Amino acid sequence: MKPGLFSHFNQIGAWVLLLFLVTPALIAIPVSLTPKRFLSMPEGTFSLRHFQKLFTSEEWLSSFFQSGVIAVSTSLLATLLGTLCAIGLWRVSSRYSELVRALLLLPLIIPQIISAMAFYRLWIPMGLLDSYAGLILAHTILAAPMVLITVSASLATFDPRLEQASKNLGASNWTTMRRVILPSIKPGVFAGALFAFILSWDEIVVTLFISKFNVYTLPRRMWNGIRENTDPTVAAAAVVLIAITLIAFVISAILSRRNAKAEAE
Amino acid sequence: MPLLTRHIHPGWLIIAPLLVLVVTLYLGPILNILWLSVTDPEPGLGNYAQLGESDALIRIIWTTVRICIITTVFSVVLGYSIAYAMVHCHQRQKNYMLTLLLVAFWISILVRTFSWLMLLGRRGLVNVALEDIGLIVEPIAFMRNELGVLIGMVHYMIPYAVLPLLVSMQSLDTRVMDASRNLGASGVQTFWRIYLPMTTPGLVASTLLVFILSLGFYVTPAILGGGKVLMVAEYISVQLLVTLQWGTAAMLAALMLFGVLAMLWMMSRFMKLSTVFGGSTR
Repeated sequence: MKPGLFSHFNQIGAWVLLLFLVTPALIAIPVSLTPKRFLSMPEGTFSLRHFQKLFTSEEWLSSFFQSGVIAVSTSLLATLLGTLCAIGLWRVSSRYSELVRALLLLPLIIPQIISAMAFYRLWIPMGLLDSYAGLILAHTILAAPMVLITVSASLATFDPRLEQASKNLGASNWTTMRRVILPSIKPGVFAGALFAFILSWDEIVVTLFISKFNVYTLPRRMWNGIRENTDPTVAAAAVVLIAITLIAFVISAILSRRNAKAEAE
Repeated sequence: MPLLTRHIHPGWLIIAPLLVLVVTLYLGPILNILWLSVTDPEPGLGNYAQLGESDALIRIIWTTVRICIITTVFSVVLGYSIAYAMVHCHQRQKNYMLTLLLVAFWISILVRTFSWLMLLGRRGLVNVALEDIGLIVEPIAFMRNELGVLIGMVHYMIPYAVLPLLVSMQSLDTRVMDASRNLGASGVQTFWRIYLPMTTPGLVASTLLVFILSLGFYVTPAILGGGKVLMVAEYISVQLLVTLQWGTAAMLAALMLFGVLAMLWMMSRFMKLSTVFGGSTR
């Protein structure tokens, strides 16, 4: 189809829309540089005092640390469980396994507020409220389906005859898994781990319900800061988060490029 | 044991850990909530009967549905325009567009909501800029009303709307459009009578996905609505954390859950769900 006038017009519109999606977040940068004590745009003079406060305040630092611990643990646990499960579902590959797959994807599609309710309901009697274990478990259940998806996508391009060949040559199940299957689905596993990390690092709705004082993650502290709507330290934190997002994005882009290359070979 | 493995595929052994975890710690309490909706504070359909008695509840549900519908319409229409442009341009340009889209996808919801707070406030950048160029005299109220919630939600949902549309448009056979043009149809005719109908599966997936995500949305309405725009998700959280009424909250959660499942079912009639979630297509 030859691009007509409409198509050109739409092209420009699409660019405007895409910029509309990305640019609003950038306002955090000037606001974080304001020399004033309240949220405002800087006028002429800039100051790094809010970044200084962010990186010296015990509260913010502990939130960074706690979010880091929870996100890394979630990512490891979700990747382990999700990868094993994806391989299992791929090997079984029956009507029942597809049913189980659908069941395991539910945490992704059920509204977060309902998930939050469910965890809150169960964590009270289990004594998991406001604890690292409680948050890591909840985040793992929400993140494992992501790993399941990315690893399953990798497995879809894996030739099952390789597995058969490995077994015929005398390798045990475990050796086949470690030396044949895992190396070829590595990109999917890493992508899943990264998604799981981001999900946990960014999670707020479930966290709001199941954490209180002891565990105060970064999103939780930002949520409070946004609600109070006065302290510009929130803007500095937002800038740091944008920077981390961009770094994670570059890593994932490199991973997916490597993935595409591996598939081409 | 050998008898067991003969009947049960050994693959189930490595499926089990995650399955057990999700069933006991996630699906279990969700069923418990459904059960609560008909037993708390007393057995019966009392919680559901509130729908007929309480105007406040009806208003909250109506606000939620209305905001979700408007959000979905805007997100899908704008998303369609982006997806269309991405499919019909050079590879290089498409890569840049995809990068912008994915970056938008990845930026934290809290960061985005905070940005809108800075932009849309009474003394926010948008109002100040509009006053400076003399377009308005009084600041426009963008926040603590539905307008602000809608801006924030559409902004968040557009990337979700684009992705299913992109998949659907990329798999189209473009020769059909060429045939239509060769047979004398105008570009506009080809678009409305050939292109749009052929992208229906993508449109349906995108619409339902955005609607489902909007239905349970919590962060943006709570902050940009500023307590003035009460949607179901926020009402549930108030019921649980402040007034401690599990019954009403459970009833609303059950309604939301059934709504979502009904939409998933509708979606599954148009396409294989596993392709939407990137699962294997085998």
